[in-house]
Amino acid sequence: MLIKRAPDVRSSEITDESLYLRRREFLQAAAVPVVAAAIAGMGPEARAAAPQDDPLPNVRKGVVTVNEPWTPYEDVTTYNNFYEFGTDKSDPARNVRSFRLRPWTVKIDGLVNKPGDYAVDDLIKPQQLEERVYRLRCVEAWSMVIPWVGFSLRDVIKRVEPQSGATFIEFTTLNDPKQMPGQRVSVLKWPYVEGLRLDEAMHPLAILSVGLYGKVLPVQNGAPIRLVVPWKYGFKSIKSIVRMRFVDRQPVSSWQASAPQEYGFYSNVNPEVDHPRWSQARERRIGEFLKRKTLMFNGYADQVGSLYAGMDLKKNY
Amino acid sequence: MSIRPLKAVLFAAALGPVAWLGWGAWTDALGANPIETITRETGTWTLRLLVLSLAITPLRRLTGWNDAIRFRRMLGLFAFFYGTLHLLTYVWLDQFFDGAALLKDVYKRPFITAGATAFFVMLPLALTSTAGMIRRLGGRAWRRLHQLVYLAAIAGVVHYWWLVKADIRRPRTYALLLAMLLGYRAFVALRSRARA
Repeated sequence: MLIKRAPDVRSSEITDESLYLRRREFLQAAAVPVVAAAIAGMGPEARAAAPQDDPLPNVRKGVVTVNEPWTPYEDVTTYNNFYEFGTDKSDPARNVRSFRLRPWTVKIDGLVNKPGDYAVDDLIKPQQLEERVYRLRCVEAWSMVIPWVGFSLRDVIKRVEPQSGATFIEFTTLNDPKQMPGQRVSVLKWPYVEGLRLDEAMHPLAILSVGLYGKVLPVQNGAPIRLVVPWKYGFKSIKSIVRMRFVDRQPVSSWQASAPQEYGFYSNVNPEVDHPRWSQARERRIGEFLKRKTLMFNGYADQVGSLYAGMDLKKNY
Repeated sequence: MSIRPLKAVLFAAALGPVAWLGWGAWTDALGANPIETITRETGTWTLRLLVLSLAITPLRRLTGWNDAIRFRRMLGLFAFFYGTLHLLTYVWLDQFFDGAALLKDVYKRPFITAGATAFFVMLPLALTSTAGMIRRLGGRAWRRLHQLVYLAAIAGVVHYWWLVKADIRRPRTYALLLAMLLGYRAFVALRSRARA
């Protein structure tokens, strides 16, 4: 994969100063159709005016790419592990009905100087949306290549100013069995919780995603805002985030609580550390017939390996 | 004899799942991960047909419809058929006939050990399913051998239970069904022993 260094900017790409000074207006104007579509997505017209049919405006393309074919949009949006909507892969796409995407609040609290109940649009609007094409490797040994739209989690972290004692972030998904029928079954303990070490969260590869394939994130993929941490197993990329809590102790994630001997806190993609019940050495790339070798840190070893220097990855699975 | 047409209907119905899978594979209608779909469907039908074949004897006893026995072999053989497809899918499409990897799986992954057990217990039952075999082995020995179906069914349920990540509802349902069907037999056996 390659992270493109910013190439020499062509003069045609330089924003006219008058437009630049009014950029907030343009962003707000662009946000209106997104929000309007999301509002429209709340009622019985949910199918007709699906928010994901709206393209996201002003996305900087190709910020991170992978030299591999993208998984088709149809597969990305109909093959999902999102137990809040059912435990079959086809359940989430089938069971998202009128899921209310606005108003959506992300509570940011804990050891930060600027805690608060942030409206999700308040977190998104100041950001330059970027196209990040990442590999996603599920712990079940299948994988995809997905063109996410989002921005570095680091930008939000910097904005809320973590205090010196904050060493981890705990993320929480919405808990609403009325909108998420799968939560009526205690397959996992709800709400879904995940966590990252603060330096992992600050890594430029970790993003908050609001879209894919240039369009607004479908509900089954974790709308309106989700985490994507491409060097870890997919279950760490928590969906439909409502809370980010900065803490000084390692959080216990939902899968860890469910089966601690099978799912660890770090859950870095590692072909040398098997799941107790199946091998992690190979994976099925969705759309491919043959299985392929799993890469250390899902192919992002160069970028993230240093985060784990000296750590026993068999113990810290 | 009205059994013949019923058997024909059952035969056709039992081919339904494999026909659906074949057509689905051809038309790319099996979802994003077709090999996973095929593995899962062939597996569930193996278990379903095993459970159905185990329901015949209780059905006969409780309803007095003795002719039900004539469907049992077909159900058992179809269970073996789907079990073979399930094993083949795993050996070929999942492991690509990698002997070393397969062996490792069988002794390292308990759920695969259970699955392999279920299949290799079903094999002699399939091979001795003919009338000729019943004659050769003699009714008593044959009946004893075919009690192995209980082990096959239990191993099958254990295989399913041990492979799911967190949602044990479906394996648990099969476990309950099996418990009822085997429990009924145990109850009958104990009762007749008490009477003797």
